Amino acid sequence: MSLDLPARLQLRADTFACVRAFFADRGVLAVDPPSLMAAPVTDPSIEVPVAVDANGRRLGYLQSSPEYAMKRLLAAGAGDCYALGSAFRVDEVSPRHRLEFTLLEWYRVGWDDGQLRAELSDLLMALLGCQPATAISYRDAFQAAVGLCPLTASTAALLARVQSEFDYQGPVLTRDDALQLLCALKVEPGLGRHAPEYLVDYPPGQAALARTRLDAQGDAVAARFELFYRGVELANGYWELTCPDEQRSRFEADLAEREARGLPAVPIDQALLDAMPTLPACAGVALGMDRVMMLRAGVTDLADLSLF
Amino acid sequence: MANYSTNEFKSGLKVLLEGDPCSIVENEFVKPGKGQAFNRVKLKNLMTGRVWERTFKSGESLEGADVMDTDMEYLYNDGEFWYFMSVDGSFEQHGCDAKALGDTVKWLKEQEKYVVTLFNGGVIAVAAPNHIDLLVAQTDPGVKGDTAQGGSKPATMASGAVVQVPLFIEEGETLKIDTRTGKYISRA
Repeated sequence: MSLDLPARLQLRADTFACVRAFFADRGVLAVDPPSLMAAPVTDPSIEVPVAVDANGRRLGYLQSSPEYAMKRLLAAGAGDCYALGSAFRVDEVSPRHRLEFTLLEWYRVGWDDGQLRAELSDLLMALLGCQPATAISYRDAFQAAVGLCPLTASTAALLARVQSEFDYQGPVLTRDDALQLLCALKVEPGLGRHAPEYLVDYPPGQAALARTRLDAQGDAVAARFELFYRGVELANGYWELTCPDEQRSRFEADLAEREARGLPAVPIDQALLDAMPTLPACAGVALGMDRVMMLRAGVTDLADLSLF
Repeated sequence: MANYSTNEFKSGLKVLLEGDPCSIVENEFVKPGKGQAFNRVKLKNLMTGRVWERTFKSGESLEGADVMDTDMEYLYNDGEFWYFMSVDGSFEQHGCDAKALGDTVKWLKEQEKYVVTLFNGGVIAVAAPNHIDLLVAQTDPGVKGDTAQGGSKPATMASGAVVQVPLFIEEGETLKIDTRTGKYISRA
């Protein structure tokens, strides 16, 4: 059911007021990092809009998340903080994707990913009136849905499964591409049917900006989680990587991957690398607020909520 | 032909897959939060009518297929090919084989207009008009009171199709038939 404009405005205002009250109660500082920064995310699967002046001179990149800016604030001593604002990604348009969307991102100093998951669960209960979130490891969820272990199965076995199940056409996929396709189509749709559900401990190749650790079986996993509710992916969080050398080598691997795929080259955020030696141990998460509002309103298409 | 990226795929777009022209039926964008985006695409193979479900990396592209639907009039059959002529004033003629003609063969009538699908200049499909007027070539006289067949009997039309018609229909009459269901509508 589509809402009329006053109802859409009210929904947004109420949702944002709820978020701000939640963090005010917990002493988490509201910060507002700029949307336009000198460097974008290096992730080869994320492209952002480039801002140019009338002569075509590059002014900067609209950010896909305030992560780099907030980590610089954390490194400078900002302490626990949250940002609620616009984020941008190009080439992503679907009933659940928009070029510009509203993201809530926050960081907790000294916390790990488990503590942050508990807080996000509290916030969702406040926003959606849902049950507390449950959690399942990527390993167990994948094994149950696909019948292969995502950490130990051979890449050939994963690729064969993609081929037999989805008739994939195109260039050879990497191990992580195959894992992501199987996860997106086989695992994710079954997550969070009744209560929000975390998928935790991702394969190490999908660590992004999370640190890695060993799971109970002794295999390396990323301290990264995503949250799903009623088939919708809502959040992505990390126990943050704080080592500048490891961060630089991940950036460089991303750039090499971009070059290999023929994607636009992007600058590395040197200011972030310079700040990382003083980045405190922390956990951070980003929550897609448009999707939260979609669930609050009981609609399945962002078009039913957009203002313009 | 131009190439079309998965971002441009939309229902009705004609593309080439494994050399066959296909029409896109559905395009679903699948995007994990981090990592490679994919498109799940349903395509109808216009040569075989089969629907394929394929998965592509987002941003991959397929070559467009030079496929065109044209109104054409049926002319004649020379024993091997069935000939159609454009009604756009060009009088361009195209021969079509039995495979491309398919089931439409039983609804053919000279000077009737058909939608002919051309691919690289050749005919790959022919669609009959939804409603067509056809002459009854053969039917047995109806026997009053015989309702065992639900008050209908088979009639062979001049085009070759066999249609269930009411008992009162006689040979030589012209009937309006729905070609999609193969059912009698009325006397023409």
